[in-house]
Amino acid sequence: MSAPMRNILLFALVLGLIVATGFYRSPNVALGILNMGLISAIMAAGLNIQWGYAGLFNVGIMGFVALGGLATVLVSMPPVPEAWGAGGPRVALALSVGAAVIALAVFLWNRLPAGPPRAVATAAVLLGGFFLYRAIFDPAVLAIEKVNPSSTGYLGGLDLPVIVAWPIGGMAAAGAAWLIGKTALGLRSDYLAIATLGIAEIIIAVLKNEEWLSRGVKNVNGIPRPVPYEIDLQRSPEFIEWASILGLDPVTASSLFVKLGYTVLFVAVLLTVIWLSERALNSPWGRMMRAIRDNEMAASAMGKNVSARHLQVFILGSAICGLAGAMMTSLDGLLAPTGYQPLRFTFLIWVMVIVGGSGNNFGAVLGGFLIWYLWVEVEPLGLLLVDILTAGLADGNWLKEHLRQSAAHMRLLTMGLIMLLMLRFSPRGLIPER
Amino acid sequence: MSVMDLLNALTAFANFVLIPATAYGAQLALGALGVTLVYGVLRFSNVAHGDTMAFGTMVTILLTWALQESGVTLGSLPTALLALPAGIVVTAALVLGTDRLVYRFYRARRVRPVVFVIVSVGVMFVMNGLVRFIIGPGDQRFADGERFIVSAREFRDWSGLREGLALKTSQAITVVTAILVVVLLFWFLKRTRMGKSMRAYSDNEDLALLSGIDPNRVVAVTWIILAALATVAGVLYGLDKSFKPFTYFQLLLPIFASAIVGGLGSPPGAIAGGFLIAFSEVTVTYAWKKVLVYLLPDPLEPTALVQLLSTDYKFAVSFLILTAVLLIRPTGIFAGRAE
Repeated sequence: MSAPMRNILLFALVLGLIVATGFYRSPNVALGILNMGLISAIMAAGLNIQWGYAGLFNVGIMGFVALGGLATVLVSMPPVPEAWGAGGPRVALALSVGAAVIALAVFLWNRLPAGPPRAVATAAVLLGGFFLYRAIFDPAVLAIEKVNPSSTGYLGGLDLPVIVAWPIGGMAAAGAAWLIGKTALGLRSDYLAIATLGIAEIIIAVLKNEEWLSRGVKNVNGIPRPVPYEIDLQRSPEFIEWASILGLDPVTASSLFVKLGYTVLFVAVLLTVIWLSERALNSPWGRMMRAIRDNEMAASAMGKNVSARHLQVFILGSAICGLAGAMMTSLDGLLAPTGYQPLRFTFLIWVMVIVGGSGNNFGAVLGGFLIWYLWVEVEPLGLLLVDILTAGLADGNWLKEHLRQSAAHMRLLTMGLIMLLMLRFSPRGLIPER
Repeated sequence: MSVMDLLNALTAFANFVLIPATAYGAQLALGALGVTLVYGVLRFSNVAHGDTMAFGTMVTILLTWALQESGVTLGSLPTALLALPAGIVVTAALVLGTDRLVYRFYRARRVRPVVFVIVSVGVMFVMNGLVRFIIGPGDQRFADGERFIVSAREFRDWSGLREGLALKTSQAITVVTAILVVVLLFWFLKRTRMGKSMRAYSDNEDLALLSGIDPNRVVAVTWIILAALATVAGVLYGLDKSFKPFTYFQLLLPIFASAIVGGLGSPPGAIAGGFLIAFSEVTVTYAWKKVLVYLLPDPLEPTALVQLLSTDYKFAVSFLILTAVLLIRPTGIFAGRAE
């Protein structure tokens, strides 16, 4: 079988699995899997640019995804004028003081001659600056968080259409990636890994802790949508008529309509991302990236600026992850910092890219859909398996009860096994790099 | 400021910073020793380390419960110490099995280190799933015996100070065990034939093979030591705080920070790094008001908590130290083998 034929078959197979879910569960569940599958595919495409094109080991995807989510809140939620009046300018001042202190420290570090005086001066500037920053910052935060804490207690956003948040989420992630890349990319791959892992945890800690910015663990809900609300559809006579023609009741029809609306938007974004990535991969730039990945020394001897290219590709991949994160938050309509778990948002994306085929955009996309489908479906399948295996045991038997309760954790085990088997027997993935 | 104030300040400092940070530092040091050993001998960063710790601790907890059920305890010491050796044996069997089924294949092909790291991500998923499958994702407590060697109240009654000083049994056991393990490990690495082979293999694989060192034995012994270090570190952490699979996964960050700060591949570096990270985390996230009210004259006494960063940011501390050390001295404090 020719390679393109095989790939089309693989995609058809995965889409067939999702369609089948529509029949044996419900169309709503299937569309839910499809929508998150689309987002996962975009995240996997972002990681593929970093790992597949350039061999950068990024395990901080969760952080970039969360930054995208934060951007959605900051762009699309209505502002809280009382909170702005209470401490907005002061927070802005504190943040600029903080930035100025860091800039001064960097300036001193770069300009002073190396030696103990330099270290002492830089440390003194940082420490003094920190106390100054906190002196300005703390009262402002207290004032903001005091404004109507049960419903707001934060500054709110800019009240712009939520679609605007998607590119901005990408840019926020790109900015963070630039900062990380500047410090960590020169180091060896293990260090980049631990640096990105750390940054991701820090970003989540900021989201949880800085209530004036993100409401912290109180979550932001009711984030505006790019598609209509079910309740409005159900009230519209035109929609009810349209639903009855299709033979659906208005409630089901409205929920399907909303999900399909998201699907259309997400497909458009995914196609754009893939088109651009493919164009980049097949351009001289893409060939240069692969040359650098395969032999850094030779590429740099040919006059390629390896560290600048690494920084570039790190920023691009992270921006795509930020974009996907913003899309996910607007799909959920909720920013819940406690929901960001590294196994789900960093390492699962890795499984997607490894299984799908690193270095191949279509492979990453396929992996995104397939692994997301399995992530959702392994749990009920695991429960089914447990029920079959323990059919001989009486209800209430401790082993049966324990296994039934633990079936939910089968998914981690399964993902690990899939990844290990793939790495062993088909290390180039389902759709290998050309 | 009187002598009493100074003593109170010192007691508060010891109670809230010195003792907890020492115990935590010993736990991190043991974890970092495992990471650094695998890096030195097997040449990759083992992402599954946190979950290996969780697995070893889980086995020990299950055995501890079984012992407690049958009425076997260690009196004032925690029963977990009795179950620990068996926990190590089971964990060693698991990591040796993993090596046989997973890592050996890639070692034979001499793949790049980053492939090993990715493979260890898969192993991490499996171990994480296994632990959650067997014991569940929730919090487990398994400490028994005397909770305190010295309780805060006893200390206050004895000394007449306003501040209390508590020394938990788990903290004392942590430090004593850590010292024993480290002494044993260094003796093994420096004095025994096997330890010398391991160091030779770590320094130069080809040369070691030429001198007739059996690589399979070196690798197997490394995994067994790793299982022991991970299980001991995990059980001590669990006794001191509590056991929760996700917390152990998250320990990966401070443990790696410790190993890298100390210099990957250098055992003394791992110990130094562990204490450096632990002390920084605790000092930066401790509310210093309690100590400062005794030290400063009344008009200067702080009204706020004087907490540099909220405890949620403890990861940020590991990370900032890591960045600072890497920028100033990229090979770590004790120049590791990472170039």
